[in-house]
Amino acid sequence: MSMLTMDQAVEEALFEEMERDSRVLTMGEGVVQAWARLRDNFGPKRVRNTPLSEGIIAGTAVGASAMGLRPVIDMLCAPFLLYAMEEIVNSAGKLRYLSGGQFSFPLVVIAGTGVAFSLGAQHSHNLEAWFAHAPGLKVVIPSSSAEAKGLLKAAIRDENPVLFFRDFLLGRTPGEVPEGEHLIPLGKAAVAREGQSATIVTYGRMVLTSLEAAATLAEQGLSVEVIDLRTIKPLDEETVLASVRKTGRLVVVHEASRSCGVGAEISATVAEKAFGALKAPILRLTGPDTPVPASPALEPFFAPAAPQIVQAVRQLVG
Amino acid sequence: MSLSLPELLRRMLLIRTIEERLRALVRESKAPVTSPTTGQEAAALGVIDALSQDDLLLTNHRSMSHLLSRGADPRRLLAEIYGKRTGYCQGKSGFRHISIRELGVMLTSTVVGAELSMAPGVALALAMQDSSAIVACFFGDGASCEGVFHESLNLASLWDLPILFVCENNQWQWNVSRKEAQAAARISEFAAPHGIKSQTVDGMDLEAVREAAQAAVAYVRKERRPFLLESVTYRLRGHNSIDPQSYVGPEELAAQWARDPLHLLSQRLAQAGVVSDEARAQLQREVDAEVDRAFAFAQESPFPGPEELLADVYA
Repeated sequence: MSMLTMDQAVEEALFEEMERDSRVLTMGEGVVQAWARLRDNFGPKRVRNTPLSEGIIAGTAVGASAMGLRPVIDMLCAPFLLYAMEEIVNSAGKLRYLSGGQFSFPLVVIAGTGVAFSLGAQHSHNLEAWFAHAPGLKVVIPSSSAEAKGLLKAAIRDENPVLFFRDFLLGRTPGEVPEGEHLIPLGKAAVAREGQSATIVTYGRMVLTSLEAAATLAEQGLSVEVIDLRTIKPLDEETVLASVRKTGRLVVVHEASRSCGVGAEISATVAEKAFGALKAPILRLTGPDTPVPASPALEPFFAPAAPQIVQAVRQLVG
Repeated sequence: MSLSLPELLRRMLLIRTIEERLRALVRESKAPVTSPTTGQEAAALGVIDALSQDDLLLTNHRSMSHLLSRGADPRRLLAEIYGKRTGYCQGKSGFRHISIRELGVMLTSTVVGAELSMAPGVALALAMQDSSAIVACFFGDGASCEGVFHESLNLASLWDLPILFVCENNQWQWNVSRKEAQAAARISEFAAPHGIKSQTVDGMDLEAVREAAQAAVAYVRKERRPFLLESVTYRLRGHNSIDPQSYVGPEELAAQWARDPLHLLSQRLAQAGVVSDEARAQLQREVDAEVDRAFAFAQESPFPGPEELLADVYA
């Protein structure tokens, strides 16, 4: 084990995969500066600074992956992905299908996500649901440095385009990371805490907030299970449904805005497939349907906080 | 490929015959809607003839001339257009995004400009694999109005990517005239600011296109640098095969039909004694028979089964 921030864990995963597979290359604005160790070890052909042109960065990854390379592109902030929606959604996500399976697109798109540092709404915007809605893409969001390493290594080895969202705040948070070969399969959720009375399904930084709430609830005598999705798409329905069938109560927590978010998908899935197990209505705790404000006085109110989660669970348990 | 002039004429006849037949059949509801390349055959064929077998192509929805020039099997091509399982993409593409990996036709997209976004990555892979092959990226004047056109040129220049950018300037962007949509007189003018060499050529003249393309291909292959070739051509038919072109003035259209590249090549080859009118008529009969067989194959081929709906979303 070593103590690494999520950003350091990302670099370690990239280092190991670039060492393992000469087809892996990284591109993006400032990757040479951000990942100097990669540049020093693997040279300028495989670590490439790009112009500030998100569309062509993503399009180049699409073309290169179709040719057998395994590009990893850093798009910095999730809202900047909107300049590259065409390339990611229309090309990477659809051209395998439209070509009758002639091509595959093993590429990874890294983007920062989450409400942090008074960045404001055009840097802070949780967009994971947009990509989960698009066919042909996979979406992962780690909640810790260890998950970041394991998920990124698996994403690089996956034959499909993967969106890898890293939370800005977690990026600077140290955590224990297994050394060497540490892979987390895509599409597998983790039970972050076992419990009996209610299930919290969440992902990314909200896993930490949910665990904080679960600890408070435990002190109050309530045993709560926390599911860390890790992968948004493909969704690990099995783990979610098994937990809800055990506890009979579900709270979904995410920072992204509410309407048509990941929480809506999970709520609908549980209502369709485990309705009989529910002892109470499903609750969603999410960010509001607003842009993220920059003011430090407003920013902390955007994401659900632990006391709200505690209150929601208590409401369900009655 | 360096085909003979009679073979080039045969391919041009094949393209024209298939597209005109699709256009006739669509009116009887016996063919899907397509986007004809009529008028642009020379612009495509002249460039593709200058390429090598291992070079790679990116094209767009207006691709019939590219695919047939490259040697696509008309049977499988039409089967794809009809949405049949025997098509190049198993019927999943239809006419708009046909890729043919075995012919090096990569990543066709119908989103205008997408071919430009993907070309640098294909060329980058060639460069990293120390290949001598190059990429030919075919796009229209409409795509040159997209921002990604400049992003693509800039990156190709910065990274020394072996891309022959081929703009088929056909004067129409759906039903909007290029003059209404683009301030620049020539699309090749955009190359120099990005440090890229360029040439503009008469896209109706097959031999002129081929000569320019040979020089451009040689440059890209030797220098490992991009080049922009603009073929000034004309979309003689509508945006698609059911578009009556009511927005085009009859005088303008007649003047452009007088420059029809097929007519021009036929006339020139007859005058030079290379392909007589009689030999051309014989070629046309052979092409008609081939096209009959290709349409029969496509129409009689099976559709994909419903289970195919969910196939090939993920690798």
